[in-house]
Amino acid sequence: MLTGKVVNSLLQLNQIHKVFNEGTPDEKIALHRIHLQLKPGDFMTVIGSNGAGKSTLMNMISGKLIPDMGDVLIDGSDVTLVKEHKRSKLIGRVFQDPMAGTAPSMTIEENLAIAYSRTMTRGLRKGVSKKRRDFFREKLEMLHLGLENRLSAKVGLLSGGERQALSLLMATFTEPKILLLDEHTAALDPARAELITNLTKEIVETYKLTTLMVTHNMQQALDLGNRLIMMDKGQIIFETNEQQKQNLTVEKLLEEFQKIRGEKMSSDKAVLI
Amino acid sequence: MPTAIFGSIEAGAIYALMALGVYLSFRILDFPDLTVDGSFVTGASVAAVMIVGGYNPFFATIAAMLAGFAAGCLTGLLHTKGKINALLSGILMMIALYSINLRIMGKSNVPLLSEETAMTKLTEFWQGLGIDHAIQSLTAALGMSFVPKTWGILILMLILALAVKVLIDLFLKTDVGLAIRATGDNETMIRSFSADTDILKIFGLGISNALVAFSGALVAQYNGFSDVGMGIGMIIIGLASVIIGEAIFGAKTIVRATLAVIGGAILYRIIVTLALRVEFLETGDMKLITAVIVISALILPKLIQQQKEKQRKRRRLLEAKKNQASNAYGKSGEQLAAIKSDS
Repeated sequence: MLTGKVVNSLLQLNQIHKVFNEGTPDEKIALHRIHLQLKPGDFMTVIGSNGAGKSTLMNMISGKLIPDMGDVLIDGSDVTLVKEHKRSKLIGRVFQDPMAGTAPSMTIEENLAIAYSRTMTRGLRKGVSKKRRDFFREKLEMLHLGLENRLSAKVGLLSGGERQALSLLMATFTEPKILLLDEHTAALDPARAELITNLTKEIVETYKLTTLMVTHNMQQALDLGNRLIMMDKGQIIFETNEQQKQNLTVEKLLEEFQKIRGEKMSSDKAVLI
Repeated sequence: MPTAIFGSIEAGAIYALMALGVYLSFRILDFPDLTVDGSFVTGASVAAVMIVGGYNPFFATIAAMLAGFAAGCLTGLLHTKGKINALLSGILMMIALYSINLRIMGKSNVPLLSEETAMTKLTEFWQGLGIDHAIQSLTAALGMSFVPKTWGILILMLILALAVKVLIDLFLKTDVGLAIRATGDNETMIRSFSADTDILKIFGLGISNALVAFSGALVAQYNGFSDVGMGIGMIIIGLASVIIGEAIFGAKTIVRATLAVIGGAILYRIIVTLALRVEFLETGDMKLITAVIVISALILPKLIQQQKEKQRKRRRLLEAKKNQASNAYGKSGEQLAAIKSDS
């Protein structure tokens, strides 16, 4: 069992520790010796209040931040010190801000071409060839938004929901080892958020992507994925496996949080639900 | 008059290369690169010194481009690796290049009038084709009395500018080109798609300044000298060309925008030529004229847009009022007429 674990984990965080503003009165332990493992095909949702360390955790994996201590392993190789842009050959990311994942003054097909060449070394090949265009059209059909007929429209003209759907497709269609979703439905209206949530489910299942999703929405955290962790003050305070997760409800999660922290979370409740 | 306009189109085509360089840094990379004032002269001085030294003028021009490329890369390095603000890294390079350009030339001015330059060679080549003669008989038949020395420089420089434009268009559609465009558009995004934005910026600024130096080298050979002060205000001329071009010819797609930049560069030269013909303006007023042109090109389109918007709203309001009036009073003529005359 123990040896199997090491070989099988696609993402492994060992004792990740990060302190912000060290040595100043503002010193804050953002992550406290975090240990985390994702097996191939795992879809883990991460919940927690503001400042719990969820985003810091994401940034550690994506390479935007480097831990003070600990290692990050992707598919068995140590990437702790590998730079963000190199690491992103292995990682697909969707951000909270629908504007962040696409280039607005470029067309839909050009954006897709950029995403397409994520895994290769960029050269003087034509970005949007006939063959690629057909491929993009086929992938866009997955979104059911009619974007396949608007390949040469500028992305800046799309609505927030459409842009986020496109970001999701761009992050996933090259089948990254790890998919990071950072509150990617939080900035959308409820209808759009539901659309993106459903698309996420569909796409992750299609490509069998190993996924880590941060969310503020507890219901979404329960609906999606096979594993769930709750973070608070830089620590993982609650973790469920697949069977436990199926029986969880929002109420039970809140109860769990109170039991562990022993404090009223009326202020957090508003943030979490 | 026609001679002056002819000359300004000729010069405009050569300056268009510089404007295309500015377009790359300013619009594509979203990087206000002031290196241009220095790298333009670097191109001119490298070419001039090498031509005086007996090198083939075409070879000298290529060497000038490489020097410009290096200068642009250095600005990029200052900004990305040195983490210096974009404007400041350009200004620093501009100042540094002033001294370097003096060193390259060894003095403040290198005359090329008696040398064999790319321009004299191209003119020779062109005259060998005998096209001038054909054009002149055509213009004479049309009743035009204007006879330039040669059409060669004008036509060849226009072809060169268009060829460079096409190359830029094609390059910006390759994988690397798309990544460079995305770097100027959304850096977070392109970094999450495994592109090294530092390298792309350095390379992009290199290409941009290579074009600027190319233009500088040709201008030196066109004017017959290289001077350490010839680059002053060059960035503003470049910006003027980009902004005027985009305002008049549009910038919807890259293909259109690069063509607009060439048009803008030529138009800018024509405007300046015409402005200098005004009685009370002197050659020294050139920079002021440039500033005024850029300011109007920046403000006028906005004002026109606002005016249009206002008029549209007023018309809509007026129509709504009319409808309201006719609804309220039915078709009883007099009252309706009274309201109409009020509005």
